[in-house]
Amino acid sequence: MAFKFSHGTIERNLILLGVLTLITVSIGGLAQVVPLFTVESTIERVEGTRPYSPLELMGREIYVREGCYTCHSQMIRPFRDEAERYGHYSLAAESMYDRPFQWGSKRTGPDLARVGGRYSDDWHAQHLRSPRAVVPESVMPPYAFLDRPLDYRRVGASMATLRALGVPYTDEMIRNADADLRAQANPEADGAGLASRYARARQGVFDGNSAEVTEMDAVVAFLQMLGTLVQFRDVTPEQLRQQ
Amino acid sequence: MATTVPMTAPDTDIRYVESPIRAFAIATMFWGVVGFLMGVTIASQLAWPLLNLDLEWTTFGRLRPVHTSAVIFAFGGNALLCTSLYVVQRTCRARLFGGEEMGWFLFWGYNFFIVTAALGYVLGVTQGKEYAEPEWFVDLWLTLVWVLYLVAFGGTILKREEPHIYVANWFYLAFIITVAMLHIGNNLALPVGGTGRSFGVAGGVQDAMIQWWYGHNAVGFFLTAGFLGMMYYFIPKQAERPVYSYRLSIIHFWSLIFLYIWAGPHHLHYTALPDWAQTLGMVFSIMLWMPSWGGMINGLMTLSGAWDKLRTNPALRFSVTAVGFYGMSTFEGPVMSIRAVNALSHYTDWTIGHVHSGAMGWVGFITFGALYWLFPVLWRKSRLYSERLVAWHFWIATLGIVLYITAMWVSGIMQGLMWRATDELGFLQYSFIETVAAMHPYYVIRMLGGLLYLAGSLIMVWNLYKTVTMVESEEPQALPSGAVAAAAE
Repeated sequence: MAFKFSHGTIERNLILLGVLTLITVSIGGLAQVVPLFTVESTIERVEGTRPYSPLELMGREIYVREGCYTCHSQMIRPFRDEAERYGHYSLAAESMYDRPFQWGSKRTGPDLARVGGRYSDDWHAQHLRSPRAVVPESVMPPYAFLDRPLDYRRVGASMATLRALGVPYTDEMIRNADADLRAQANPEADGAGLASRYARARQGVFDGNSAEVTEMDAVVAFLQMLGTLVQFRDVTPEQLRQQ
Repeated sequence: MATTVPMTAPDTDIRYVESPIRAFAIATMFWGVVGFLMGVTIASQLAWPLLNLDLEWTTFGRLRPVHTSAVIFAFGGNALLCTSLYVVQRTCRARLFGGEEMGWFLFWGYNFFIVTAALGYVLGVTQGKEYAEPEWFVDLWLTLVWVLYLVAFGGTILKREEPHIYVANWFYLAFIITVAMLHIGNNLALPVGGTGRSFGVAGGVQDAMIQWWYGHNAVGFFLTAGFLGMMYYFIPKQAERPVYSYRLSIIHFWSLIFLYIWAGPHHLHYTALPDWAQTLGMVFSIMLWMPSWGGMINGLMTLSGAWDKLRTNPALRFSVTAVGFYGMSTFEGPVMSIRAVNALSHYTDWTIGHVHSGAMGWVGFITFGALYWLFPVLWRKSRLYSERLVAWHFWIATLGIVLYITAMWVSGIMQGLMWRATDELGFLQYSFIETVAAMHPYYVIRMLGGLLYLAGSLIMVWNLYKTVTMVESEEPQALPSGAVAAAAE
């Protein structure tokens, strides 16, 4: 071969340098991202996961808006202490409908992946309003301003957008979004429709005040469902296998 | 050889674009102070939560992205635009493609992005992805600005009068191209009709992988490759020596950009990300140690024969210490990417300390070194107002970093150990809140470290302000210093 490689060829040609750079930096990302979409066992085949109910979804939107992920993770690792403290390690299936994912990267406060059902609604509302009134050593900011009416005009549109991206919301769910949202925040309302559309969704007066649906209702409803969908009693090791 | 290009470039009549670059330099200084001040603020909030002020706009959750974006994208971004547009013109001996207008568009366009993004965070408009918080409409604007940045930078290289593209420009080019790829890849989203809110095309585990592919390479390409471009120009300039090794530059460049992209999954160890991806992330992170140290050696050894300048030139001291911090962070990073170590360090302050030794030590110091060199050049001064103040800045900032990172090492490792401690009966020894209470003294020390760093930057602002406004009595022709020779270049 008469051809002799010289780096001078690359560094004299902007287009060549640019294209080779682009190829070099593309390889790693493609190798790591593409298989996660194509390998089916990336998401465990467990029962019970479902999209968020309208009230939970709005609560999650507030959780994102307030940057809760900057201090709280939602990803329990498979360690003995984490199992003791938080419960079963988190599955990919449990956040499969999460846009954005909120696994977090810092635990200034505790993990919240399975906080649902651990405390009462009242505890959560009080704690959010004034964290140090409930936990004196806490460094969490107070969120008393969440006691204001929830603007849920866009909940149906949000669900429709999520459906376009692959979250399995049905026409019926989107049609009943407003009604389901109000029903979940009011135990007096007929919850049959809500229950049939969203398994294990719980009705409640989450903020202790049934007069109107507030942001506090939504956040507490969201926190109270975290990690409650998969019933680990019924899960087999086979279902948890991930490749 | 390409490495010799900037050392011998003769004088030309090229009228380099400079006004927008001066604006970028001032913006770098301004956003630096804002970013450090935000850092001190949120560090204080963790020590004294009353400082959240009971207002929705001033909670830690909303201000933390203001701090990270102000430092990374506002301070770091303006520094990168400033130096890259300066360096590409000098090393190509070509006027900026698009001229003054292009420069000014990039300046206002980029800083408009910063302001819109920051306002959004305070008002609660966010995608909820770390370091990629801006919503779709802000992302679209940044994409436009960034494409024009590539056009301006690439266009200038195409117009060059030097046969070779200088090594600093490889790094700047890789930074611009890769950041474009990452930004678009991680922000693909579908807006909710009629609102500023959007949902990303990927969710859950795939979203996590894409986010940390982006997030780690924001470190790798924004905070590393771009700033290495700065190292490859300003250290040779300050030391008045050519880059140590041309071959090492080539190996450094290609291995760094190839390996960095794979490192993202080390942010997701022991999560629901499949093990094969975690293992890949770990292996490549460890391999990354080599090119990183190759680059460090190339930067440090450029001083061979000129080490005495460290005593006489405090600005060079910043640049060289920056490379030292770069070496330290890029050793610590691979260590933390080992799964067994990460099991302890993840979710703790150790990660925060690691990021800050990189951001304050490497990114901050290399930028300060470049600013101290650039201000006299851009404003046609023979020297800085005060070298003594540079030395004060250096020592105060270094002390600040040391306080910061040691506090975070101690608190991070302590936190990790407290979480996993069990008593003789096998029960958890500490409740979570006990570990929070134990952090308090370290949060205070960290805040003091940040305060020192901020104080140092204010000294710099004063010094550079006086440099720009001072009236020099000497004849402009009779100036011997290296800075002025470069100004005329």
